[in-house]
Amino acid sequence: MDSSFFFGLSTMAYILAMIIYITYIAFKKNQIGILATTVTIIGFVSQTLAITLRWKEFADFIGMGFIRSAPLTNLYESLVFFVWCLILGYLIIEFKFKNRSFGAFITPIAGLALAFIDISGMSKEIQPLVPALQSNWLLAHVVMSFIGYAAFALSFSTGLMYLIMTTEKRNGSSYIFWTLTFGIFLIVLISMGIDFLKFHVVVKPEIFIKSYMFKTSFLNPSSVVKAISWITAIIIFFIIWRYGHILKTVIEKFNITPEMLDEITYKSIAVGFPIFTLGGLILGAIWADQAWGVYWSWDPKETWSLITWFIYAFYLHSRMIRGWRGKKVAIVSVIGFMAVIFTYLGVNLLLSGLHSYGSA
Amino acid sequence: MEEVKNNKITDKIWDFFASVKLAIIIFALIAITSIIGTIIEQRAEPAKNIEVLTKLFGESLAPGLYTIFEKLGFMDMYRSWWFIALLVLFSVNIVICSLERLPRIWKLVKEPIGPMSEEQLKKFPIKRELILKGKIDKVRETITGAIKASGFKNYKENKEEKSLQFFAQKGNYSRLGVYLTHFSILIILAGAILGMSLGFKGYLNLPEGARSNVAFSYNGKEIPLGFNIRCDNFDVEFYGRSDMPKEYRSWLTIIENGREVLQKSIVVNDPLTYKGVTFYQSSYGLITENFNRGIFILRIVSGDSQISNLNLRAGDTFQIPGTSISGKIIDFSPALKIDRHGHAFTYANQMNNPAVYIDFSESGKQLLSGWILKRHPETWQLPGGHRVEFLDYWGVEFTGLQVRKDPGVWVVYLGCIAMSAGLFIAFFMSHRKIWVKAIEEKNNTRLLIGAFSNKSSVAYERKIDRLVSVINKRQEGGK
Repeated sequence: MDSSFFFGLSTMAYILAMIIYITYIAFKKNQIGILATTVTIIGFVSQTLAITLRWKEFADFIGMGFIRSAPLTNLYESLVFFVWCLILGYLIIEFKFKNRSFGAFITPIAGLALAFIDISGMSKEIQPLVPALQSNWLLAHVVMSFIGYAAFALSFSTGLMYLIMTTEKRNGSSYIFWTLTFGIFLIVLISMGIDFLKFHVVVKPEIFIKSYMFKTSFLNPSSVVKAISWITAIIIFFIIWRYGHILKTVIEKFNITPEMLDEITYKSIAVGFPIFTLGGLILGAIWADQAWGVYWSWDPKETWSLITWFIYAFYLHSRMIRGWRGKKVAIVSVIGFMAVIFTYLGVNLLLSGLHSYGSA
Repeated sequence: MEEVKNNKITDKIWDFFASVKLAIIIFALIAITSIIGTIIEQRAEPAKNIEVLTKLFGESLAPGLYTIFEKLGFMDMYRSWWFIALLVLFSVNIVICSLERLPRIWKLVKEPIGPMSEEQLKKFPIKRELILKGKIDKVRETITGAIKASGFKNYKENKEEKSLQFFAQKGNYSRLGVYLTHFSILIILAGAILGMSLGFKGYLNLPEGARSNVAFSYNGKEIPLGFNIRCDNFDVEFYGRSDMPKEYRSWLTIIENGREVLQKSIVVNDPLTYKGVTFYQSSYGLITENFNRGIFILRIVSGDSQISNLNLRAGDTFQIPGTSISGKIIDFSPALKIDRHGHAFTYANQMNNPAVYIDFSESGKQLLSGWILKRHPETWQLPGGHRVEFLDYWGVEFTGLQVRKDPGVWVVYLGCIAMSAGLFIAFFMSHRKIWVKAIEEKNNTRLLIGAFSNKSSVAYERKIDRLVSVINKRQEGGK
């Protein structure tokens, strides 16, 4: 059995777990909850095995020793590791807060991300390491960055849930903020899905996102299609804005209080921030110093990491010094994660710079 | 107070810098301008950024916007005066805001704690109450033992009427973690300034066999090194048969006062440092004007294993030892490929697949001719068991070195360590206080525990529960 077998197994387990978690929320039977947790743990264990096996396959392939063969060198491997961190973080929260409802939110993200890798035809092949990546810093830098990203992802989902739960009035700014955010995510996903159906056979996924994103909808050469896309987008926004309170009633069934969400948001950031600072910024700077002779070169990846860092620093200061709680900081945590997504994917896919190997 | 009144202007300046509004404005300005800086490619050809702007704003606006952005310094914005000014403002803001809060925090750190009344203890966020059998004197050891076991080594004792109170605090200094973190930002910025003012950044393209006693800054100025550096060889290694590079390696020698003082081969991630100047492997290339002046390094092995090592130039002839076969070097390609029709052509302008074309003849009679490829040993074999190994074509490549001297880098590293330590203290340590009041009631002792932590009280509450269970266990064990 090789790594791909266990990757497949973990993908199935996460999708199955998602269904069981949703059933659990509907019926609130303890046995179902335990089953959901068990399936998630099975998925997690098989994913751990898969990563370990791939690590070994990688080490055998490039022959550069164990530490330098960490399977974290391209988009596929980093997405897999991100999902692994996310599930680990979720299991810790489930254990600490003794609350399972949250799993219905996290396991779909995990299952969908892994399924997305499969469908998109992203290159899963083991690629040899280019000279710049042959360093012992790779492991610590990437692992810690991704633990940080995963913690921020958790804070994003709890922050967003907080906003959904606590906003009442449709003309309130927090309500508009979360429906807008939700809408943007949904519209980007939908239009990328359409692009994908139309173009993915022709090109590799990296090139796909770089040159074909929104080409079927918002950037279509025909102005009629362009106009229809914008009108559809506005209609989607309107529907989410009009019926957003349905999500609120759904989340209220989860047995989660807003205070708890606020606390999980804060704690995830309080763990993610120092780890991201050390692993992403500091270790990244030390490595850059060794490889390129500059510890800080304002390369787009570095700059975006710094912007992300600023946003979370702002979150922490506004909370600790100004005593902000609730909606205001939840909004900051949502914005923070958008910066994370851009640092992780957007920079590699849309901007050029020294860090460009992450996109391959 | 008198003093404060006397310095009204300085007071105003202080308040200006201490304001949170200013902090937010600076934060936002740094973030927004940085974002623009990642979209506009820094120090790039104007055409490139005009293209970017055309994509974003359309053809009619792009040239005008380019001029505006260029005038504002956005084409090299991280070095522009206003961005550096923003960073300076940011540091001043950090210093002032930190100082502003320091007295209050310092008081919390230094303040000794005193005994509490029963009513006060009952108002604590974490509180426990339990009854122990026996008078205070009997349970005293149990209580102090449990307090010590929870990590409060220096507890104090207060004798009250019919009761005894113990109290302690620890981790007072963890409140200063945030100051260490803020201070570390200043250390890092100071290190950066030190490096910029006392060091240099440059590059040096060094051909194989050449030496240099200067590097070049990015605006073309010569920077004297104080010693000579020579490139002895440069080579790219590839993965298997692919064109994917595995390693770029330069063999370098440092020469000072005519003596070779240091030799090292460098690769990416493993530079060479001499007298504070560091040389990094950063690029490479072909020197086209040297193309016919390079040296072919060949190793000839005859069918009966006679070996000769040769250094030849284009047009030279050589003999296969022990035979009358001679070879003549006719042509060279840095990256040879054979197309479908069997024609050879050069497919890259790097040494991806070096090949040499040799004419062989025996006593004046043409024997055979063909390409011999460095990366394909099967092309080395000749009929009759002879072998011509093409080892290198030396002297036509240059190694691109990044040259840097940065005396501030250690200050930056120190700042990084301080930041890691500061963050660890600020996020993972807390200032914890505990009070245990033992009140004698008949033959029993009633224990009142109150505790406080400036961070997550959940973890501390669990710790207090453990303390309670330790007391209970000792009590049972003591009976």
